[in-house]
Amino acid sequence: MIQVENLKKSFGSLEVLKDISVKIKPQEVVVVIGPSGSGKSTFLRCINKLETFEQGHIYIDGVDIADKKTNINKIREDVGMVFQQFNLFPHKTVIENIMLSPMKVRKWPEDRARQKGMELLSKVGLEDKADVYPDSLSGGQKQRVAIARALAMEPKVMLFDEPTSALDPEMVGEVLGVMKQLAKEGMTMVVVTHEMGFAREVGDRVIFMDGGYIVEENKPKELFGNPRHERTKAFLSKIL
Amino acid sequence: MDIRLDVIQDYMPYFLQGMGLTIGLSLIGILMGSVMGLFIALGKMTRFKIIQFPFIWYINFFRGTPLFVQILLIHFGVMPFFMSPVNPIASAIVSLSLNAAAYIAEIFRAGIQSIDRGQMEAARSLGMSHVQAMRYVILPQAVKRMIPPLGNEFIVLLKDSSLAAVIAAPELMYWGRAASGATFRVWEPYLTVALIYLVLTLSLTYLLNYVERKLATE
Repeated sequence: MIQVENLKKSFGSLEVLKDISVKIKPQEVVVVIGPSGSGKSTFLRCINKLETFEQGHIYIDGVDIADKKTNINKIREDVGMVFQQFNLFPHKTVIENIMLSPMKVRKWPEDRARQKGMELLSKVGLEDKADVYPDSLSGGQKQRVAIARALAMEPKVMLFDEPTSALDPEMVGEVLGVMKQLAKEGMTMVVVTHEMGFAREVGDRVIFMDGGYIVEENKPKELFGNPRHERTKAFLSKIL
Repeated sequence: MDIRLDVIQDYMPYFLQGMGLTIGLSLIGILMGSVMGLFIALGKMTRFKIIQFPFIWYINFFRGTPLFVQILLIHFGVMPFFMSPVNPIASAIVSLSLNAAAYIAEIFRAGIQSIDRGQMEAARSLGMSHVQAMRYVILPQAVKRMIPPLGNEFIVLLKDSSLAAVIAAPELMYWGRAASGATFRVWEPYLTVALIYLVLTLSLTYLLNYVERKLATE
């Protein structure tokens, strides 16, 4: 599904990703953890090319996005993303937020987009909020709308960039609940998060990143229960 | 000092006629300026330095030289290439539009760049092209923020249109000078003209405040 080969990325003279290679299978839930500055968010943002990278290849369904001839917009239609800061469109209502891209990019007729949007809203438990503006929603509700908006494109992969980090603690659960449901339905997911409980319970595989490298990757039970590297141990001992 | 109300009375029809042209000039100026301004702003914001260059210097020139000089250059220098005899109203429209475009371009640029980067990223992550993201996500939000500075520019333009008097475009200030020259009076014509400008700009201010409040509550 996703294949990353020798990915390298620098911001100026600062090398933030130093040779990342990883394979993600269909329906797999991969959780990326690591200290801040480890490059985990940058890695995620490279997968849909919100960040450009200098070296390496990323294949999405066999298509190399490093190739200049690849139409990245086409790739992004199938790769949903959820951001830490939600990034809902404040000038559009909740349902309009969800319908915009299916109508403009996928060229769906309005009634089809609306139907899909309402389905997704009821899935995330917000069908009664369809016609309000994002401003009047709580953080947890905003993030659930953002997930619905990404799902409306019927993506093959979902990327989550610290989706609960900007939330008040009592709202983290509702967002993780939606993500858990999504994982159960077989969505391929790459999740950057600090929620170790989620990693342990939902993740098929956990990747620990530090200093621009993948230090260790394993099944959650193994990685949390029996970390092999010193740096993994040090990180886990600080947060668990 | 005696005030000769009959001078004001005699020239009032001309003042009102001039006021009509003043309003017309500034309206066309702000509209044409907005269309060109958006184009110039987008040109200045492209990633390619070579494309940016002419737009940057367009703005530098029209913001960095007096409008008075621009009007003379355009009326006596540029317009004769296109029409003969040169219509001063046409020259005034061209000068005011080109000048306003430079200021409005900067208003557009500031408005667009004030929108959070995450908005563009979210739109692009949903598969929208750069143009689609601009059109459906960034510009609608930016335009809202541009209303106050755009209104300000409108008021400036309305007052600056008085400079067109120098090329004999018969707007409000032109008739003020004409009345003063014909009657050898100073206070009556110029105070009347000033008062009409004040009424125009204050009405605009109130209108803009109303629009802003309306947008804020939406």
